[in-house]
Amino acid sequence: MSVETIAAPQVTPTGQLLRVLGIVSAVCGLIIVGSYQLTLPAANANRRLALERAVFKVVPQAKSIVEYYALPTGGIEQAKPGAEAPVTVAKFYAAYDDAGKLTGIAAEAGAKGYADTVRIMFGYDPACQCINGIGVVSMKETPGIGDKIRVDADFQANFKALDVKLKGDLSALANEVKTVKHGTKTNPWQIDAIAGATVTSRAVGKGINDAAQFLLPKLVPNLEKLKVRS
Amino acid sequence: MSANSPGSTQAAPRNMEEFMEGIWERNPVFVMVLGMCPTMAVTVSAINSISMGLATTFVLAASCWLVSVMRHMIPKEVRIATYIVIIATFVTVVEYAIQAISLEVSEALGAYIELIVANCLVLGRAEAHAAKFPPLAATLNATGMGLGFTVGLTMIGAVREILGNGTLLGVSLFGPNFQPWVVMVLPPGGFFTMGAWLLLFAIYRDRKARRGGGGVAAQGASHGA
Repeated sequence: MSVETIAAPQVTPTGQLLRVLGIVSAVCGLIIVGSYQLTLPAANANRRLALERAVFKVVPQAKSIVEYYALPTGGIEQAKPGAEAPVTVAKFYAAYDDAGKLTGIAAEAGAKGYADTVRIMFGYDPACQCINGIGVVSMKETPGIGDKIRVDADFQANFKALDVKLKGDLSALANEVKTVKHGTKTNPWQIDAIAGATVTSRAVGKGINDAAQFLLPKLVPNLEKLKVRS
Repeated sequence: MSANSPGSTQAAPRNMEEFMEGIWERNPVFVMVLGMCPTMAVTVSAINSISMGLATTFVLAASCWLVSVMRHMIPKEVRIATYIVIIATFVTVVEYAIQAISLEVSEALGAYIELIVANCLVLGRAEAHAAKFPPLAATLNATGMGLGFTVGLTMIGAVREILGNGTLLGVSLFGPNFQPWVVMVLPPGGFFTMGAWLLLFAIYRDRKARRGGGGVAAQGASHGA
């Protein structure tokens, strides 16, 4: 047998491989943690600003907001600052003017749209028991079609005094909020869909209906508690 | 094309060459046709394209710099794993940075920021260039590539935004009566626009070659990273 040795390819020892991977991971870990710590305050401030902007858009007279939870058992409770909301509650925001008087309620609603959940913020006016104004929090709807809910003036007009009165016993809405086909809106609790963007329009209607059915029966009996900023 | 010969002696012109390579001669979008996933997905508007391009530029420059700094110590057996860890690190950094700068941009770009990790342009540059050249040259080349990518994305994004939305950088161009060409902001519009630009560049190269300029640009396509 010939003992012709083929020049062995240069092999890096296992220890060195592990050491290099360890060093690279450590360096990268430091960079990631460092940048997370650096950007966290700014990112949190941005989130708070975005929330305030969304609330002020649907309750334009507002100057300050207080976060509350509507509990599934009925009743409301002020949110503890910095704490995560339990999943069973519905968050809402009581909006106050300069004098600390309640000017409106804002709450989030969401329902499955064409591409993903369409999340909106709506403003509830306790005086007329109606919804005045909505804003889109996030959506991935088709640009130019579904995302018209943000800009379409006729669609936005649905949310001037959209009726969400409660039944006499305050257990549910007197009339379900419903999205109807474009051009067939006859009642103040109906939403006129955008032609060609029915799925997204329906998601808005369903989101508002679900949120209002849960929130308003708990909120309306407790409105007195919210009248003045605590 | 001498840009890839390591033995060049004139430092300054060579650095310039490194930098310009990605912007024109081997533009990642129109010549190498790399990184098409974000190119098609986020170029619905000029501002998205610019943000995406700059995010990619940062990731490219930073990871190529670090790869180049560590190039002698990284054994070839684990080089891909190392590059990916380095790239993923800077993608995470850029994601945090965007969240800190603007939530709207962060939401508009969505998962495509994270997907920069898998952009073949970035790994391609780390492997084909940064692993062989010193930090300055690697960083310059990567920055040029990134800016070339940004320019390419913006050229597509601007066309799609103008036709599909009637605006450029959010400014209305044709007034309220413009009927937007919605298909342009949908996925097919990305392919139409990309195809149209490639066609224009092909015509340009063809003309240049026929005029006897010797196709520097024409060669580029065969030099993919």
